[in-house]
Amino acid sequence: MTAEQPGGARPEPKHVLGPDDVRRAIIRIAHEIIERNRGLDGVVIVGVHRGGVWLAQALGAEIARIDESHPVPVGSVDASLYRDDIGMRPVSPGAVSDLSFDVDGATVVLVDDVLYTGRTVRAALDAVADYGRPRAVQLAVLVDRGHRELPIRPDYVGKNLPTSTDENVSATADGVVIS
Amino acid sequence: MTTGHDRPARSLLSVDDLGTDGILRILDLADHMAEVNRRPNPKVPALRGKTVCSVFFEDSTRTRLSFETAAKRLSADTMTFSVSQSSLNKGESLRDTIDTISAMGVDAFVIRHASSGTPWQVDHWTTASVINAGDGWHSHPTQGLLDAYTVRTSLGRTGGLEGLRIAIVGDIKHSRVARSTSTAFRLLGADVTLVAPRTLLPPVVEEPTTEDLDGIIEDLDVLYMLRMQNERMNEALVPSLREYTSRFGLTPERAARLAPQTLVMHPGPINRGVEIAVDPGELPGAVITQQVTNGIAVRMAVLFDLLGSGEPGTEGTSR
Repeated sequence: MTAEQPGGARPEPKHVLGPDDVRRAIIRIAHEIIERNRGLDGVVIVGVHRGGVWLAQALGAEIARIDESHPVPVGSVDASLYRDDIGMRPVSPGAVSDLSFDVDGATVVLVDDVLYTGRTVRAALDAVADYGRPRAVQLAVLVDRGHRELPIRPDYVGKNLPTSTDENVSATADGVVIS
Repeated sequence: MTTGHDRPARSLLSVDDLGTDGILRILDLADHMAEVNRRPNPKVPALRGKTVCSVFFEDSTRTRLSFETAAKRLSADTMTFSVSQSSLNKGESLRDTIDTISAMGVDAFVIRHASSGTPWQVDHWTTASVINAGDGWHSHPTQGLLDAYTVRTSLGRTGGLEGLRIAIVGDIKHSRVARSTSTAFRLLGADVTLVAPRTLLPPVVEEPTTEDLDGIIEDLDVLYMLRMQNERMNEALVPSLREYTSRFGLTPERAARLAPQTLVMHPGPINRGVEIAVDPGELPGAVITQQVTNGIAVRMAVLFDLLGSGEPGTEGTSR
């Protein structure tokens, strides 16, 4: 989830990572996932709508390139029905959740683009739990911008990016921009 | 038409209130709710702590159960106000009844009443959301929405219903379903034709009308049959049910002329042998049970849209 501040008019968006940096970060995280789990047995990748879905697909494609014998299922989860701020702000769910594989006993790598307060991840954990009981859940993010409000930490990080709360961070395959 | 309040999304009283964008918003939300309903554990915590009270002054099983199931699947608490066991029998007014229930802390009323306009009246009396579950001959917005959702999903569409040829057949005049469903179809871009004897048409309609079902039946994407209410016979609006069936019913002869992909819909309950004189199970395009299933997802979407969404800084549903 990117930051939700409309904020002041910042004329100069700051490009922090370029497309090549993002690609290298994805390759590194893919290797780390294989290393940490000593292979890919039982590993599934789940992107969090909306921002995490492209990253989950990119990670899945990269892992398939590294180890062709172990295709890893890639799904997505929409956490908007599990948020703790329902009724406090306008709701606009992303696409519909797509978890067509069994998460019971799987090692779920939850993927989001930007980790901020941790509240989206908290909601996504509840959403995944409604589909089954994973053996473990790990968290991969492209950017950790700090300001956590819950005891949640990422297992795989593309880049740690100190920010202030009035900044907006966007993370796509084309790069990471602070505005 | 407006709800007469500053927060237009607080209540759902008619399909017109929503407009095309509002309908599409509900249908998109319903996709999410349908996914929840397909899970082994079809329940999400979205509306925890909210209370939904159904107040039905007219008989209904499917609509009331559908709303209560929808509320429960969103983890809302439900209350049922049953007219027969109520103080209305002791002479309590509708207003006092609504005030009393409101004082118990209700977030939404789901109301059905034989008098057109009652939900608007209730909406002025309470700060809770009001959902019209059918008022007289006037309006039944969630039926219109679930019908639009059923057509959209059955035909694999994602946006509106542009270009679809839809006939709504039967007692248009006395039907709140016809009014809400035809409006929903029309706002989504479909070409709607109303098919009825002249005695069963309202004086003013926005859609083209015909008495000749046979003339259009082969060129339809959707054939929507309305329930023929037996009590209309007493008012001599049709000569006989048999004659009605022969001219406006879905008979085996007409079923044979339907294109195989034509959807056949009915709001239920069906008068077998009257408006539908064939076994719906043998019609390849029948989506009547899907309408019931989709009703839950669409009502979940409506409840979530009204109770789960809020502008920061406005008072509203966060009680």
